Amino acid sequence: MDLDHNFTVWLAKSFGLFYLIALSIAVLVYTFWPANRARFQHAATSILEDDDRPETTAKDKP
Amino acid sequence: MIGQLTVSERQSALIILLFIVLWGLSMAIAGHGDLLGPQGWIVLLAGVLGLFGVMSGYYAPEPGADRLTRYYDDPSKVGIILAMIWAVIGMFVGVWVATLLAYPDLTFDAGWASFGRLRPVHTSGVIFGFGGNALIATSFYVMQRTCRTRLPDQLTPWFVLLGYNLFCLLAASGYLMGITQSKEYAEPEWYADIWLVIVWVTYFVLYLRVLMRRKEPHIYVANWYYMAFILVVAILHIVNNLAMPISFGSAKSYSAFSGVQDAMTQWWYGHNAVAFFLTAGFLGMMYYFMPKRAGRPIYSYRLSIISFWGITFFYMWAGSHHLHYTALPHWVQTLGMTFSVMLLVPSWASAGNALMTLNGAWHKVRDDATLRFMMVAAVFYGLSTFEGSFMAIRSVNSLSHYTDWTVGHVHAGALGWVAMITFGSIYAAVPWLWKREAMYSARLVEAHFWLALAGTLIYVFAMWNSGIIQGLMWRTYNESGRLAYSFIDSLVAMHPYYIARAIGGLFFLIGAVIGAYNIWMTIRTAPEGAAAKVSERPDPVLAGGLPADVPANIPALQPGE
Repeated sequence: MDLDHNFTVWLAKSFGLFYLIALSIAVLVYTFWPANRARFQHAATSILEDDDRPETTAKDKP
Repeated sequence: MIGQLTVSERQSALIILLFIVLWGLSMAIAGHGDLLGPQGWIVLLAGVLGLFGVMSGYYAPEPGADRLTRYYDDPSKVGIILAMIWAVIGMFVGVWVATLLAYPDLTFDAGWASFGRLRPVHTSGVIFGFGGNALIATSFYVMQRTCRTRLPDQLTPWFVLLGYNLFCLLAASGYLMGITQSKEYAEPEWYADIWLVIVWVTYFVLYLRVLMRRKEPHIYVANWYYMAFILVVAILHIVNNLAMPISFGSAKSYSAFSGVQDAMTQWWYGHNAVAFFLTAGFLGMMYYFMPKRAGRPIYSYRLSIISFWGITFFYMWAGSHHLHYTALPHWVQTLGMTFSVMLLVPSWASAGNALMTLNGAWHKVRDDATLRFMMVAAVFYGLSTFEGSFMAIRSVNSLSHYTDWTVGHVHAGALGWVAMITFGSIYAAVPWLWKREAMYSARLVEAHFWLALAGTLIYVFAMWNSGIIQGLMWRTYNESGRLAYSFIDSLVAMHPYYIARAIGGLFFLIGAVIGAYNIWMTIRTAPEGAAAKVSERPDPVLAGGLPADVPANIPALQPGE
């Protein structure tokens, strides 16, 4: 099939529509997944800590 | 600066710089007699200066292993200074071209001083020079803190920052010589575009390397926005700049696209440059610096995730609203219009999230001009995204398009949102980066805030008035069905607004100059109580002697001097 006008219209009206819907559902499921709540909470508050040094583990030492 | 690089990094730097010198030399030779030649000399000069810089510090002692216990902030510091230099240059040229529009006779009899060449110096200067440097500088800062890990090496961030500034320099100097590929916000020609691809891919890989080394399980949302900014700008830049140079010795190239495809590709690029350069990246800045400065976590972390995906996937389709009533197929115009209207949802979710974060900290907003910069930025973000969705509607666009309303809209976003959030973030980051108690002068921050706000309001109101008058005059018919006004009539009507616009821009420029002075004085001022600290309570950094990445010349000025 050629990449012509009719083909792109068809693609936009079929796949284009459904992939955006699928994507929205996936994002909402991820966002409201109960197990993720604690991670998000931690991420939101951890940037407020004032410790201005990287966490170094043994692996980081030369 | 060179003392912070390991010996192998210094060698790599020399090799990279040697390649840059060879690249500049070949451009200068192949482009002899063409505009490419002078551009080659600029590259060559940059490479030679870099070589001298690295060689002068080549035998400096290597940095100690203790550097790994600190974040690597020097590229961020230099990036902020470069951002402020570009801000002053870009905004100065902006006032210049605004004055030229009000008084066209105020020009020199020289090609470089014409409006067409100066305008891209303004747009690229503020977007790429000021905005881009601020994004790179703050992204280095934020990625390290949110991942709790140091940048993986000392050379890559410098390559990204300085390489990017070489691109900006090639762009601005090229415009003045008359080099352009006539694509808005993508004016630089093929050789500069290829260089930017190299720099930008390195930037992306650097970000991935930091994320891979992160000590936090979850990637904080600011990083998502910064990553979207880097990744999408790479895609946009590569596709929109696909072109064939007429020869390796010529600055001129021809686009791979033509006709309406070219227009669509350009505005897919153009609108997503607004979306991912001027929005996503600066939202990343906001999601870190605003909670940090207010001392409160983001109001709804979940909302920030939903609006991230909304912004990322809706914006991609909105570009065709720039081409209403053109040869573009009608359904593509409608698609762009629909997605633009839908964009209001994630945009207002972000703006609302920011304002709700400040809810309960209004006393801080009242007292702290830095936080107020960020608050006003969120308000303007909400305003200009509403305005943008509205203007994308085809029937509204028939009034607004090609008028100064568009210019007003862009500046509500660029001055009110982008510049305000940047100044707020810079004022927050500068004392943290240089380990100062606060900015040199809180009163100057206050003065900058009011100048910036007044300048933005004068500018935007002038352009709203001018644009709507223009739009109405262009569509007013008399009884016989002919246009009631000539084009020159509308120009005369716009004149007072053009003067007001130049004044608004001048206010904004003065504010930026004050900001640059304040930042410079903050850097030059000794850290408050630094001397006392050493004797009373051994500071791990100060007691162990100065670390390699702190300049040895302790600033001589004291606070308030």
